[in-house]
Amino acid sequence: MEEPDAEPPLMVVPGVDSAARQLCFEWGPAEMLVCETLFGGRGGGEGRPSSSCVFVVRKDQDIYIQTLRKLFNESHGIFIGLQRSEEEFAGKSRKTQLVQVSKNYRSVIRACMEDMHQAAVSARDPALHSQYSTQVSILSAMELIWNLCEILFVEAAVAGPLLLRLLDWVRLHVCDVDNMVREVLSSENPSKHELFWNVVDVFVLQGRMDEARHLLSKEASANPTSVNMCRILDDLMKKMPVPSLGNTQTLTEMELKWQHWHEECQRYLQDGTFASNSHMESICKILLGDENAILEKKELMTTWYHFLVTRLLYSHPTVKPMELRFYAQSSMDLFLGGESSPEPLDTILMAAFEFELHQVIKECSIALSNWWFVAHLTDLLDHCKLLQSHNLYFGSNMREFLLLEYASGLFSHYSLWQLGVDYFDHCPEYGRVYLELHIERIPLNTEQKALKVLRICEQRQMHEQVRSICKIMAMKALRNNRLGSALSWSIRAKDAAFATLISDRFLKDYCEKGCFSDLDLIDNLGPSMLLSDRLTFLGKYREFHRLYGEKRFSEAAKLLLMLMTAHIAPCSFWMTLLTDALPLLEQKEVIFSAEQTYELMRCLEDLTAGKSDKQKFQDDDVETMKVEMLRLALARNLARVIVKEGTLEGS
Amino acid sequence: MFVARSIAADHRDLIHDVSFDFHGRRMATCSSDQSVKVWDKSENGDWHCTASWKTHSGSVWRVTWAHPEFGQVLASCSFDRTAAVWEEIVGESNDKLRGQSHWVKRTTLVDSRTSVTDVKFAPKHIGLMLATCSADGVVRIYEAPDVMNLSQWSLQHEISCKLSCSCISWNPSSSRAHSPMIAVGSDDNSPNILAKVQIYEYSENTRKYAKAEALMTVTDPVHDIAFAPNLGRSFHILAVATKDVRIFTLKPLRKELTSSGGLTKFEIHIAAQFDNHNSQVWRVSWNITGTVLASSGDDGCVRLWKANYMDNWKCTGILKGNGSPVNGSSQQGIFNASLGSANTSLQNSLNGSSAGRKQS
Repeated sequence: MEEPDAEPPLMVVPGVDSAARQLCFEWGPAEMLVCETLFGGRGGGEGRPSSSCVFVVRKDQDIYIQTLRKLFNESHGIFIGLQRSEEEFAGKSRKTQLVQVSKNYRSVIRACMEDMHQAAVSARDPALHSQYSTQVSILSAMELIWNLCEILFVEAAVAGPLLLRLLDWVRLHVCDVDNMVREVLSSENPSKHELFWNVVDVFVLQGRMDEARHLLSKEASANPTSVNMCRILDDLMKKMPVPSLGNTQTLTEMELKWQHWHEECQRYLQDGTFASNSHMESICKILLGDENAILEKKELMTTWYHFLVTRLLYSHPTVKPMELRFYAQSSMDLFLGGESSPEPLDTILMAAFEFELHQVIKECSIALSNWWFVAHLTDLLDHCKLLQSHNLYFGSNMREFLLLEYASGLFSHYSLWQLGVDYFDHCPEYGRVYLELHIERIPLNTEQKALKVLRICEQRQMHEQVRSICKIMAMKALRNNRLGSALSWSIRAKDAAFATLISDRFLKDYCEKGCFSDLDLIDNLGPSMLLSDRLTFLGKYREFHRLYGEKRFSEAAKLLLMLMTAHIAPCSFWMTLLTDALPLLEQKEVIFSAEQTYELMRCLEDLTAGKSDKQKFQDDDVETMKVEMLRLALARNLARVIVKEGTLEGS
Repeated sequence: MFVARSIAADHRDLIHDVSFDFHGRRMATCSSDQSVKVWDKSENGDWHCTASWKTHSGSVWRVTWAHPEFGQVLASCSFDRTAAVWEEIVGESNDKLRGQSHWVKRTTLVDSRTSVTDVKFAPKHIGLMLATCSADGVVRIYEAPDVMNLSQWSLQHEISCKLSCSCISWNPSSSRAHSPMIAVGSDDNSPNILAKVQIYEYSENTRKYAKAEALMTVTDPVHDIAFAPNLGRSFHILAVATKDVRIFTLKPLRKELTSSGGLTKFEIHIAAQFDNHNSQVWRVSWNITGTVLASSGDDGCVRLWKANYMDNWKCTGILKGNGSPVNGSSQQGIFNASLGSANTSLQNSLNGSSAGRKQS
């Protein structure tokens, strides 16, 4: 079905003269930037100051409304519950379950309406008050539509119960008359109230027979002349057959009874029983389903769908679902009487009465500014197995398309995005890739937030996103010289190259300052030390210092030597290591064995031999002196250790 | 859609480009006043200018952010025939207190003989790379092999497009099935029917970029070009801004292992074409999921295009200036619903405020 060519919504950018200028723009994750410019300039600008503003444009303002927060949060819970309950039930109990889900959604909408109403009432600022009131109306419309969909689609009420449900629906949603009803009922002498008969009419129109009869009795007691008429009317009302919810009668039985009753009413009317009281005569006509009589009470019904249900009640109470469309169309035509054209809400309700599900969803998508409603409703209808799937490019079916739209919208919000994650999880075709694209854009203002995002990615095996986020955090930490933080992020990212880089920085810092920063981190590296050679060296080197500090000299010595011989230490660091060996060589006690000393000497020679002549020339006095000192210390140690090792124990 | 904020940009001449960073918390603007400004978004949503400095000796046409994995890095290109790479230096604490940050130039790319019209960073999985294009018809691809040393950039590839270039777009797809790919648009307007969109693909065999495809149906000057984000599709989507808005799909056919160096051949279709701007279209850009395309034209409007669940493309919104002056810079949220928002119409029909409801 081709969509009507509706005019796309126009958004005005203030201060920009579209006749003389153009707009440049850029998408962001949640917003769009728009700015006035002039394209096609060959050389440059205009030579005068620009008064241009940069505009930040947003699509969905609803997610920023505080009072709607509850709606998003609680419906999220219901949604997840529905997805997970798939295989538990079948058949009739499944339907009951789905109806319950639908009712839950509706009660969330109503709760939100309440909150919004409170907010509207307490708002001082008229603009804010108006905004809240608008929201209340919209929520009310949503609940109205959802309720009807629940009756027709989720519950799929059959002829009989259908009418009862529709009556409930009307009673719940036509509240314009509530004040009037209250006023009359609470007055001293209701039957003397000028609006008395209006209220009786209201009850009759809404099928509230007991309440109508109650008022009639008041009239009877107050007005002796009409006692007889009241009694008859009361009797008719009492006897009116209504469809039952249980299985106490078949439709045919009910229709038969109804036919007899209808004829009885007809007789009374034709006999002129109510001729002297126009109000009661009109009520009798209504009972007979006289369209004109009902239409006269337009003011009390206020909507065409009220008119529809009243009509059905009094002319065709056993209406079948598929017959609704004819009555609906004619009701709307009769009610509006050609004076006005249908509003969006009317079109939506009409589509529902016509059982055009796709039309309902499409119209709602157009009429509502936020995807919340259509996404959740469509999901529910899909669970009722009512939607055929159309294969398409942006999602495997309409349900997924709408959920993707809704969840994408949530990601613009600094905390609601977390709800969006779950929605994406339940979109089998594109959910994962959408989540990947959105989640990496979430601003990582704090470590906590980054960890939260990471957890979500790790749970879903989104390895690339994990790596990327850790890298971004590591980079940020490095730029701010927080080496410890940078290192732990690179370890988490399993980024060996970066870990090497940061380890180098640590080592460089050590050389300059003579001490390590972030000792805790380095001491507790554990197996992650193996991520990169440089990192391993850093960890081991720190261990060497620790051992030295604890005076475990021989272990320290062994470690130090191993760092060089196993080539864990980079060549550039060997000089530093050898210099670190000096205090060990100078100890009173001999620490390095002969073999170890030979090794050390070899390392030193390798180091000096490795230098080119030019480098040796450039070496300053300090360098040469260091080498000389080392050679001396090594030689002395060798001498001592040879003696020690050569001496027999105890001799 | 609605305007949430308006920020007085304070440039001393025409602004040519605005750019969001990856997370949408920083933005950069560039202007004919030869400077670039960087703005930061604070916790409460206000935008503050944290840096403003002269970047070139001519109008600055474009400014773009690198992926945050590489740090805080910007690139700009200008009429002065150069492109430049900038890095933010974490400042002294008193700088931070004043809310200012400091950007240093890491390199100037001076190989072009003419105005450099576009500069774009490559997708991060390729490395720290950027491409520039110039009016002299050459696309240049530079790489910084050491991401920690942004002063070292080497010119890796020079692609001669034969026609003056106006725009480039990297294919963002990180799928292993897709080689690095770059689309180039030309705004050459001498009378000829040469293809104004060319697509170059990197070939592993030759270690070079070679022309994989040319869109023969685009013969009018092209002002902007944009690959859509890839949602795991096997084919590519490319939007072109020319005398109208065009969306092409490029489906890779079996890779031919001939002497053409293993380049992919594509099956090209036009998915949509819109002439609603009724004038030259200057910019096209995709949102982050590639579901909405925005275009800006000579008619002073920005239009949004979206495909519905039946895969029909439609205009879903228009942004247009109305000429009325703004009262200075407004950092308050502006709650006016857009004109003609259907939001209010639903409310109206429920309130029964339409004329026909109440008996007159």
